[in-house]
Amino acid sequence: MIQKHKNHCRHCCIKINDLTVHLGQNCVLDKINLHVHCGEVIAIVGPNGAGKTTLLRAILGEIPFKGTMESLLGGSEFRRPKIGYVPQKVQFDSDSPVSVADLIIAATSKKPVWLGINLKLLNKAEEILALFSAGHLLKKRISELSGGELQRVLLAMAMTDEPELLLLDEPSTGVDINGLAMFYHTIRNLRENHDVAVIVVTHDLAGISSYVDRLVLLNRAIITEGIPEEVLSDQAMLRTFGPALWNVSSLPVILPEADSV
Amino acid sequence: MIETWYAIIDLLLPFDWAKYVFMKNALLAIILATPIYAVLGTMVVNNRMAFFTDFLGHSALTGIAIGVICGFKDPTLPMIVLAVGLAVLVNIFKGLTRASMDTVLGVFMAFMIALGVVILSRQGGFVKYTTYLIGDILVVTPQQIQWLGLLFAFVFIYWYYAGNALILTSVNDSLARSRRVKTFLLETTFSILLAVVVMVSIRLVGVLIINSLLILPAAASRNAARNACSYTVLAVMVSLVSGISGLVASYYWGTAAGATIVLFTVACYLISVLTGRVLFKK
Repeated sequence: MIQKHKNHCRHCCIKINDLTVHLGQNCVLDKINLHVHCGEVIAIVGPNGAGKTTLLRAILGEIPFKGTMESLLGGSEFRRPKIGYVPQKVQFDSDSPVSVADLIIAATSKKPVWLGINLKLLNKAEEILALFSAGHLLKKRISELSGGELQRVLLAMAMTDEPELLLLDEPSTGVDINGLAMFYHTIRNLRENHDVAVIVVTHDLAGISSYVDRLVLLNRAIITEGIPEEVLSDQAMLRTFGPALWNVSSLPVILPEADSV
Repeated sequence: MIETWYAIIDLLLPFDWAKYVFMKNALLAIILATPIYAVLGTMVVNNRMAFFTDFLGHSALTGIAIGVICGFKDPTLPMIVLAVGLAVLVNIFKGLTRASMDTVLGVFMAFMIALGVVILSRQGGFVKYTTYLIGDILVVTPQQIQWLGLLFAFVFIYWYYAGNALILTSVNDSLARSRRVKTFLLETTFSILLAVVVMVSIRLVGVLIINSLLILPAAASRNAARNACSYTVLAVMVSLVSGISGLVASYYWGTAAGATIVLFTVACYLISVLTGRVLFKK
């Protein structure tokens, strides 16, 4: 079950030190240093080909990298952080017969879901989903979900593992603007209620900036980082994103009403 | 043990077709084999591996050829060894290249068929091997049935422990890995299991038909299933029902059992398309 924490220790921290990735001859990521505290949400933004996805895959341990990644919990104990992952919009066949309950229970229980699901597990899955406004989706097939619904389901699934670090890959892809606002809002709630550090990789600079603590501009190396207002007025940011930035401040920020979340 | 089965059949099925020992053997073989096809097929379809299993089936020709060259009386062993080797190879290759697997498998498959046929057709002798193309379930021996029983038990155990991981992997590789699923190990063991099942089945249903028995029950089930459980159960039902009806029909029509079973499975598929339209009308 997902544990709730009201007070963040703010001491535990995930440290990525000098992370460097070479693909063939090319240096794709150069000495990335990132410290993320629990309860903190940071967004990694950058143009196409900046190495955002590579960074994500390196953190997930899917590609080899030089440098270290460690999680510092309270005292001086270092170890590999437990990672929750929400992939970029996943494509299913339109007749995929896996239900939302199947997915959650397959990930959290050893009981094989193809032999049937008992009521206890089903209720537990519904509780988990309800925390992310997705309880009503329990019995739907995953292929029937909208982009936003699927994302909340995947987020719920990632959180059942009580991760120390939550990775969100391009949450804006294939999600309409209301769904996205709801998703970011959920992330903000998550930060307030759980002991987890969140890294969002996105190109949706305008949408994300009002929901995060820190923006990191990545283009092979970290170009600049800081609180959103600071970064958004940065010259480097301006050069990388160009005119796209001009409109950020004037874009409406849509927040769903509290009771619809 | 097999005697008990014969007694049960005599008691329960006082029909013409059930009098013969070969039909009793065939019936038991079908009851054991079709659920295996259905269960494995659910994941073959989920993971879009239909072409891979087709490739495995056709590589049997080369396996048989190797068996003949090496002087095996029963080529099942070299067939299994070759298929398992190919399955592992394809899995490693898949991790190394970004090339479309369709093309790679197509090339491999052409090579395997051609090599097999070239070796087997020396001195115009290919006719001897045509039974491998359409199979013959009626010649199944009690000993082969025992092997099928073992395979049945093994697939059940494998599915019991790996089923959840297979579902996660079929949804998204990275997602599964983030839940500590060892996806490479899982995909490789699954491919090996497929290779063994396909090769054991070549004798019974033939190179040309084995793939339809894997794909069709799952494909039919998808049209009506709402979750993983009903998907599996429906596929097994389709597979069993069409397996048994196909066997009985082939007795009265005097046709090849494997192909007759496939016709029944296709009928189930068509029915499922129609009922699916009604069930999921939006």
